[in-house]
Amino acid sequence: MSTDKGPDMTRKQRRLTMIGCSLGVLALAAGLVLNALRDSIVFFSTPTMVSEQHILPGRRFRLGGLVQPGSLKRGDNLAITFEVADNNAKLPVAYKGILPDLFREGQGIVAEGALDAAGVFKADTVLAKHDETYMPKDVADALKKQGHWKDDYGAKAASDTVASQGTTAPGGVR
Amino acid sequence: MIAEAGHYALVLALGLALIQSTIPLLGARLHDPALMSVARSSALAQLLFVGLSFIALVTLHITSDFSVVNVFENSHSLKPLIYKITGVWGNHEGSMLLWVSILALFGGLVAAFGSNLPLSLRARVLSVQAWVASAFYLFILMTSNPFLRIPNPPIEGRDLNPVLQDIGLAVHPPMLYLGYVGFSISFSFAIAALIEGRIDAAWARWVRPWTLVAWIFLTLGIAMGSYWAYYELGWGGWWFWDPVENASLMPWLAGTALLHSALVMEKRNALKVWTILLSILTFSLSLLGTFLVRSGVLTSVHAFATDPTRGVFILLILCVFIGGSLMLFAWRASALKQGGLFAPISREGALVLNNLFLTTACATVFIGTLYPLALEVVTGDKISVGAPFFNLTFAPLFVPLMIAVPFGPMLAWKRGDLLGAAQRLLAAGVVALVTLAVTWAWARGGSALAPLAIALAVFVVTGALIDLAERIGLFRNPFAVVLRRARGLPRSAWGTAFAHAGIGVALIGIVCETTWNSEYIGTMKEGDTTKIAGYELRMDGLTQREGPNYRELIASFAVSLDGQKLSEMTPSKRNFTTRGGMGTTEAALLSRGVSQLYISLGDPTPNGGIGVRVYHKPLVLLIWFGPVMMAFGGIFSLSDRRLRVGAPKPAKAVRGLQAAE
Repeated sequence: MSTDKGPDMTRKQRRLTMIGCSLGVLALAAGLVLNALRDSIVFFSTPTMVSEQHILPGRRFRLGGLVQPGSLKRGDNLAITFEVADNNAKLPVAYKGILPDLFREGQGIVAEGALDAAGVFKADTVLAKHDETYMPKDVADALKKQGHWKDDYGAKAASDTVASQGTTAPGGVR
Repeated sequence: MIAEAGHYALVLALGLALIQSTIPLLGARLHDPALMSVARSSALAQLLFVGLSFIALVTLHITSDFSVVNVFENSHSLKPLIYKITGVWGNHEGSMLLWVSILALFGGLVAAFGSNLPLSLRARVLSVQAWVASAFYLFILMTSNPFLRIPNPPIEGRDLNPVLQDIGLAVHPPMLYLGYVGFSISFSFAIAALIEGRIDAAWARWVRPWTLVAWIFLTLGIAMGSYWAYYELGWGGWWFWDPVENASLMPWLAGTALLHSALVMEKRNALKVWTILLSILTFSLSLLGTFLVRSGVLTSVHAFATDPTRGVFILLILCVFIGGSLMLFAWRASALKQGGLFAPISREGALVLNNLFLTTACATVFIGTLYPLALEVVTGDKISVGAPFFNLTFAPLFVPLMIAVPFGPMLAWKRGDLLGAAQRLLAAGVVALVTLAVTWAWARGGSALAPLAIALAVFVVTGALIDLAERIGLFRNPFAVVLRRARGLPRSAWGTAFAHAGIGVALIGIVCETTWNSEYIGTMKEGDTTKIAGYELRMDGLTQREGPNYRELIASFAVSLDGQKLSEMTPSKRNFTTRGGMGTTEAALLSRGVSQLYISLGDPTPNGGIGVRVYHKPLVLLIWFGPVMMAFGGIFSLSDRRLRVGAPKPAKAVRGLQAAE
């Protein structure tokens, strides 16, 4: 708030103070939003996109696709490796922790993390939605584009939209 | 039979809503009291019929009538009774029916208790209310009929999503809807005032209790949803900045701003146009939330495009009501008499500042929620905007707001004394600084942010206490006088103190949980022990158990502190055979004061062990105690006789006390 100008502050001054304050806060918010949009958004990729575009190791992104059947290996101390595949490409993923309840081979998932120097996707979060018919949105769209889509998914996903909030369950360690 | 009766009752409710949306409006235009009174009876009748329709659906679910699609898809004969009832709104159709039932309930309440309103205002308010109702009845009847039958009824249902088979579903959606839909009342009042072209302080006096009721429920609903996610999803997170959560946070922020601006309007007859705009925006954000959750646009832009009927219908409702009301606002707002301006340093000024920050914070949440959708529609790029975005935008805007909170109630109306307020808050500042030093020393370096945030929270809580102490003259008067003054203090003053302290309490919980939360993740076999935050946990083995519609694997842990056994914790993994083997994780919680130990299970390993996640979450319960305190403050304010629905002018005695502050 501005300083008090005393009782003789005119109507005009008061109005200007109010408008000035509002513009100040709005400018602050706009700055924060633009800054945050530059730094903190995460792009979505599929294994095909990863193989086509050269994504630098260490750059965070979200990887979506199906868990390749037969690729899931559990190591010591909850270390897990599996492959995420779409129609054209596969990408090895390493994760340490507990997988969400719905994680299964053949299931669509979204993992967040970054590639390491060896080209393995080190995931720190694996996301799944708590509904057995649910296909994460990004995965569904990407698969649809590639013609790798059972029409069933969309219809079911629409009819089974869960009623209330709090049902997205990012599994794993933050 | 019951399904058809329920369907028929819903159609009748639509018919009544259509009458209610036109006749009283016509009556108000023609100054015909008989036509205007139609509003009251039709609102009550509408409530009766939609209520019958809702009861019909509940009955169908309880009796497991699987010849009805809605029951077949979401119920199972073995499901416990409570989840048969709550399952009614655990799906799209049923939750929309709950939505309109609550809308009709609020309409009915205005009709029943609004006898002190001017007849024309009541007629118009109820008419606007009925427009919204008609739109949603049409939506349900045309796209989401919960009473559809299946030609060849199956013997067994598909059961409710296991995650929803929890007591949280019984409480959270109804609370949230009471909040969302409750804001329809202030919306209807705003539109009625715009149509009438007249608005005064009395208007704010009528609107404020309704807004407060909606706000109390929304506050509790959001907190309840957060706690539900925390214990049900099994990884201890309580807020994900998920679009669905943001959809409920936005109306809360706007509604909180509305509560404060209505106060200025009631007391000082200023900020009228702004209050009207906020009323419209708050309900618009509620509608937007309904759209985001119900249209499927979040689940998949794709599902939205392949089955557009529902999404497009709600989008249409959204456009008509938001667009229409904003156009009406643009057209009529200039006709409303402007209120006076006031000094920046005053109670009004502080409330304007509060509004400024709340609405701006709301706008950043809005951008973060809708930007990915907009970007995808425009460029096709898929991005996700998660917690980092909101931490960088929402949090910095909340800091100045929190600093300002204790000052607000200490400034007088018209012309406040900032220096005086600062002097009175000196003690709070000192307490905050001491807290800062102590937490800093205790945390031994580390991030400075957490101690600073805790100091800020303590400042807010102490500030609220000092305000109360000042008002009742604690330490300055003999105890008997203090007691008398405390009793005589307007309840709304107590309410303010509770609500403001509640924000501080919640902040303490949030900071402590996120900063000093410790976790252990690993595999444990029978006899294995692990230590976390001084507690020792020993795994005592795994057992299988049969539930009504699931099988569960229970792990038991013995918890001890310094060699003393405290308790046993039994997290489990449930497997719902009825839902194709879908599983849920039931976390075990052990409260120690307001801190909690949290265990959830992962998958069993071949050597007889099981993956476990153990958390110690310091002061985590404060995150939800805060909102409960805020809601409690709201209830206190609501019971203030000056605010009571239809209360006459404040009594002389109360006024005298106010002047003494």
